[in-house]
Amino acid sequence: MTEAGSADDGRRAGELLLVATALRKTYGHTPALDNADFSIRPGEVVAVMGPSGSGKSTLLHCLAGIVRPDAGQVRYRHRELSEMSDAERSALRRGEFGFVFQFGQLVPELTCVENVALPLRLNGVKRKEAERRATEWLDRLEVTDVSAKRPGEVSGGQGQRVAVARALVTGPRVVFADEPTGALDSLNGERVMELLTAAARDTQAAVVLVTHEARVAAYSDREVVVRDGRSRDLEHVA
Amino acid sequence: MSIGHTFLGLLESGPRHGYDLKRTFDARFGHDRPLAYGQVYSTLARLLKNGLVEVEGIEPGGGPERKRYAITDAGITDVERWLAQPEKPEPYLHSTLYTKVVLALLTGRSAAELLDTQRAEHLRLMRELTRRKSGGDLADQLVCDHALFHLEADLRWLELTAARLDQLAKEVTK
Ligand SMILES: Nc1ncnc2c1ncn2[C@@H]1O[C@H](COP(=O)(O)OP(=O)(O)OP(=O)(O)O)[C@@H](O)[C@H]1O
Ligand SMILES: [Mg+2]
Repeated sequence: MTEAGSADDGRRAGELLLVATALRKTYGHTPALDNADFSIRPGEVVAVMGPSGSGKSTLLHCLAGIVRPDAGQVRYRHRELSEMSDAERSALRRGEFGFVFQFGQLVPELTCVENVALPLRLNGVKRKEAERRATEWLDRLEVTDVSAKRPGEVSGGQGQRVAVARALVTGPRVVFADEPTGALDSLNGERVMELLTAAARDTQAAVVLVTHEARVAAYSDREVVVRDGRSRDLEHVA
Repeated sequence: MSIGHTFLGLLESGPRHGYDLKRTFDARFGHDRPLAYGQVYSTLARLLKNGLVEVEGIEPGGGPERKRYAITDAGITDVERWLAQPEKPEPYLHSTLYTKVVLALLTGRSAAELLDTQRAEHLRLMRELTRRKSGGDLADQLVCDHALFHLEADLRWLELTAARLDQLAKEVTK
């Protein structure tokens, strides 16, 4: 993938936050990634699109250090993920990365505010302070009223906003979102995208956004298409 | 849709007579609106005047239908440029895009590249509309949404076509 491009790239060149090169990953006989590249800068929202089964989620998991590629490198700031210990990698995921998946994956036993406060609690923040910050994020995502409810008692759209709040509460540098609007109707989906991208831009977080919906991808700055495990950056097409 | 460019694309695989061009055009791209002969010959006359085609041979007899037309180097460059240039996204693009895809396959160019270029162009416009929408009032939002849903439909067609290129290539070149 080319790192130089349009005029405003020049300004930001050299500050790549996360860079993956020549990633390969095979599950049994299924090649999930076959020489995929990716890069993202602070504050940038990059949509990852492509047919079902083309390797989008696998790419996201490799970038986030959840799955270890068979070959290729993933560099986050100045560090190579494969050279970190498991403990270092999970500290990185807890401290610098945020995650949103298609189905919120909230902890059913905790209330919504406790769910949002959870990543802070895991990072050692005191309960009261964690819940104060969690409430701020719930507010920002327009779901203050569900604070005391459990995930089973809220709608899909509300649950997904809670999940976005949870992903952003630690002030991550990279947010990984895999079909974050997949289970929502278009109005709710777009509102979630608006809130997610606005919050990410304010905090200069980068967002890796896997989606098959063009209207969701339209919230991104740039699009990468994955086909048969290979990536293509559409910014530099034509 | 540009009949001139379509003729040039068809001529790229070999010289043809005017009636043969018309027949092929109608069969492949005419859907239910066959070309009028007047349109065929006025298009060819314009291509000839612009140096994009030349008359390769005239058979005995008279009348325009005796001429065999061949594409020139300038004509090839012109098709090349047309195929590489994305269309301005707007409703009912399908017939132009379909024509471009088929011609790319017929002339051995990359149809996948053409589809990606168009996809990038559509997404650029969708981003712009999305930005306008978030800054706008309800009326702006509704107008932008209408355009966005149409562009989305086009994009889905582009994706589906990209996924079926191998199959389409077999059919158009058989
Ligand atoms: N844990 C796994 N075990 C075995 N095969 C897997 C695993 N994860 C992914 N695969 C395979 O790898 C390929 C890529 O899968 P991946 O989940 O990355 O696709 P995707 O682009 O995210 O698809 P979708 O749009 O359907 O979510 C598929 O063929 C899939 O079956
Ligand atoms: Mg997936």
